[in-house]
Formats: sequence, C-alpha cells, structure tokens
Amino acid sequence: MKHVLKLISLLVVISALWIGLLQASVIPQSHTWLLPIYFIVSLGCYGLLMVGVGLMRFPTCPQEALLLQKDIAEAKDFLKQKGVDVGSD
Amino acid sequence: MEQKNNYSIIVPTYNERLNIALIVYLIFKHLRDVDFEIIVVDDGSPDGTQEVVKQLQKLYGEDRILLRPRPKKLGLGTAYIHGLKHASGNFVVIMDADLSHHPKYLPSFIKKQSETGASIVTGTRYVRGGGVHGWNLMRKLTSRGANVLAQTLLWPGVSDLTGSFRLYKKSVLEDVISSCVSKGYVFQMEMIVRASKKGYHIEEVPITFVDRVFGSSKLGGSEIIEYLKGLSYLLVTT
Repeated sequence: MKHVLKLISLLVVISALWIGLLQASVIPQSHTWLLPIYFIVSLGCYGLLMVGVGLMRFPTCPQEALLLQKDIAEAKDFLKQKGVDVGSD
Repeated sequence: MEQKNNYSIIVPTYNERLNIALIVYLIFKHLRDVDFEIIVVDDGSPDGTQEVVKQLQKLYGEDRILLRPRPKKLGLGTAYIHGLKHASGNFVVIMDADLSHHPKYLPSFIKKQSETGASIVTGTRYVRGGGVHGWNLMRKLTSRGANVLAQTLLWPGVSDLTGSFRLYKKSVLEDVISSCVSKGYVFQMEMIVRASKKGYHIEEVPITFVDRVFGSSKLGGSEIIEYLKGLSYLLVTT
C-alpha cells in the first residue's frame, strides 16, 4: 500500500473518532469542535520540539577533522614515496 | 563450503585527483584482511583524476582498482548502475570520494552486516557515536528540520535518510536501484525508503562526517524546494 494511503486512512480513522465524539456528546460540543485545532497545534509543537531537541543534541565531532588531517598527511607521505602524484589540486 | 565475501567499493568521482589517491590509500589501510575491489567511476574529470587512478593501479594492481570512466557528468544514480555492471563482489559499498566518508568505518559496516545478516547497512551521522563537523548552525537547523519532516511523513525506519555511505548486498542494490528515478540526495532518500518498504533488513552504524566544502552554505531556497518536492514524490510513490 502506498505510504500516502496509509496516512490518509489514519486521518480517516481519526476523523471518524472525532465525528463519533461529536455525535455521542460525551464531551461538550464546544470543546469537541475545537479538537482538530488542538491536534494540529500539538503536532506542530511536537515537531518544533523534536527539531529543537535534535539541534541541541546534534552530534558533532571536531576531533575528527584533526584526525583526518593526520590521515591525509600520512597518505600523502606514503603515496609520494611510491610515485603517485599527490601535488595540491 | 564457506563462501568468502568479496566487497566491491564504488566511488563516483569528478575532479577528485587528490582525494581519490588519499581514499584509496585509506581503504587499503583499513581493509587489510578483506577481499575487495575499488571501482572508480569518473565522469570525464578535466583535472587529471583518471591519470592519478592509473598511477594507483600500478601501485596496487589493476585487479584491485578498476577504472570505469564515463565521458561526462551523467548523474550519481547512473554512476552506481555503471559501477554495478563491473562489480564482481557479492557486496557493494557506495561512498563519496571527497573524504567526508572515512574508510575507517568500513570494518564496522562489514561487522554489522555479518552479525545481523542485514541486506543493507547504512551509515548514520545523527546518532551517538556519529556526528558532523563543518556545519554552521543554519545548516544543522535545516538538516534537523528536514529530518523531522521526513520522519513524520515517511516513517522510513532509518535515522539518516540522505546519507550515501552504505553497504548493500549486491542483489539488493540491483533490485532497489532499478526502481529509483530521483536525482541527487533525493535519490539517496528514495533508495533507502524503497528498500525499507520492500521489507529489506536494514541496519545502521554511526559514522562521522567531516564536510569538506568550507562553510557548506550550499543549502539555499531552491534546495529546500527540491527537497520538499522529493518528499512529496516519495510520499505518493512508495
């Protein structure tokens, strides 16, 4: 099943639940009408939270740049000895 | 009868005359007890990349380094397909030539695959043990935002969708690549999403990524549009 269809069926289920809630009047109607707005806003907030948390915890590796420079120097030495052209590009 | 594994490492190049030599040295350094071949798919580099590859062939052997060039820049996806045609291993590694993908991680890819029997092992920059160097705050923000959006919409099952440092079983790569049509980094996303939807066993290993493009401010408005278009395309077709 195409992924977009999965998402659409999920939306349909949620909408059916919402309509069911409207009919059943378990919660006061005024609140029920606003549920989709709450849902979308919560989704947005969750997204922003995930972006923010991810940004704060973004893994960095400054030491890798140094290690890479070492590797490059080692490689250049070896290759120059063996006759491979490693002049700067 | 135990079949020994043979790894074909496909490296597409364009104007990488220095980096290709460095990366070949590092691959040989880190894969000492492994059967492998390096397939260089060069798209007609004007800087003499192919001459350097020929020197490397003299040093390491023409059976270990295959030069399979193309006349001009023809795109990444077709570069992999071209490399695949000449691959004799039962596993295929794809990696970038500019040293943002460090060959020192190759043993961990191989180990992960043999431990889990996975069809695909993909490197991820976004988990503990992995990481990125050389990205400013804006770049990290767009990367994170793009990732959250993709995770929410596509449920891909991997943490790093646009990464291109991967190990595939050769038959799996052949199967997945035949159904992918996108270009650029959306192509990498399409590959892993399609593989995931097809039910292939995918594992991840942390990798560090040292961006070699200074400042890496190459993410502009048009890139964002392309990304969104790519996401929508994947949403509807996978």
